[in-house]
Amino acid sequence: MKTVGLSAILIVGILLVYGTLDFPDWGDPSSPANRYVSQDYIENALHDISVPNMVTAILADYRGYDTLFETVVIFTASLVCFFILRTKRKAPEARFYRHIPTGITLKIEKGGRLPEGSFEFERIDSIWIPHDLIVRTGCRMVVPFVQLFALYVVAHGHISPGGGFQGGVIFGAAFILYALSHDLREGLSRFNEKTAILLCSTGVFIYAGVGVLCMLLGKNFLDYGALASLLGVESALARSHGILAVEIGVGISVMAVMVSIYYNLSSAGKQDEGL
Amino acid sequence: MDDLISLIVARYNYWVYIVLMMIGFYAMIVKRNLIKKIIGMGIFQTAIILFFISIGAKRGSTIPILIESHPGKEFVVHAADYINPLPHVLMLTAIVVSVATLGVALSLAVRIYQKYDTLEENIIHEKTMKVHSKKRG
Repeated sequence: MKTVGLSAILIVGILLVYGTLDFPDWGDPSSPANRYVSQDYIENALHDISVPNMVTAILADYRGYDTLFETVVIFTASLVCFFILRTKRKAPEARFYRHIPTGITLKIEKGGRLPEGSFEFERIDSIWIPHDLIVRTGCRMVVPFVQLFALYVVAHGHISPGGGFQGGVIFGAAFILYALSHDLREGLSRFNEKTAILLCSTGVFIYAGVGVLCMLLGKNFLDYGALASLLGVESALARSHGILAVEIGVGISVMAVMVSIYYNLSSAGKQDEGL
Repeated sequence: MDDLISLIVARYNYWVYIVLMMIGFYAMIVKRNLIKKIIGMGIFQTAIILFFISIGAKRGSTIPILIESHPGKEFVVHAADYINPLPHVLMLTAIVVSVATLGVALSLAVRIYQKYDTLEENIIHEKTMKVHSKKRG
């Protein structure tokens, strides 16, 4: 098996290397990929859309359909993870609690309950984890700054590297960091599963909604120039505002998808005890 | 000799990506462990992303964000001054697809592990064969 695989790979590799001999040189400004449509994009992006970051302009305007369905793809990925993994919440077999002042671990059998009104216990996972005050406090201090940076990346996507996908991932990473440093239940209590799934679809809804709004105003689907009459600005500027709205939708969707996939993967769908 | 050196200098980036891609491909077809296969898929996707980004490169140009962008001021944008932004856009979406495939692949792996207690492909195959022969018998 190994020799067959290795020889197949060698053959494919040699063929590909042979194919590269016809390729344009690295960094050749007149290679086919760098002429035609890309030249057009570079020269007209600012005039058409009034967005200095050409990547954002192409992503959300010239190739708006591509990005819309990209958002649908990650939405579908989160749904697939949900349907493959999620199991019904059952009463846990046995739970473990830590008595905070003394550090004693308590095992409660199935059906048992803690004494009412006791705040001195915290639930821990069945895999024993040490008391981690420094990690928790450190991560709790970092999380707001990560979130603020994510918002900056989303909002500043027009004029600097950034945009909905990148900002959304950073925002999702903040929630994942919180859930990792505390535990999954703590993370779920801050940002629960239902909110995550609702926000996944909200992001896609915002994106498609902007497209439909353009249609209602008498232009094509996702032709943001139609927003000019609504916003009271000229067409190019309206396009850049339309891109911002779309990027916010993408950001929300990506953030919720990351968090929802993390919740399902880390707890194998039980969403009770996780990493 | 000079021809050969200039050929290597102009093409070696593609060869690096081909080597990376073949490493990923090898892991995907030869390794038996499903997680190793998923890692191979990740390496493969990275090679494709690097390949596209290097297609968009231009000698002596900068990132595709306009330096001068004051509204109302007339100026000419030269395409040779900026990297091709199109591969960047395509790869931005490719990264998102790779995250989606990674999530789905990992959740399938979790599910397979729950059912068969292993991630080794040959053992899973044996176990499924046993179930099939039991059904027939």
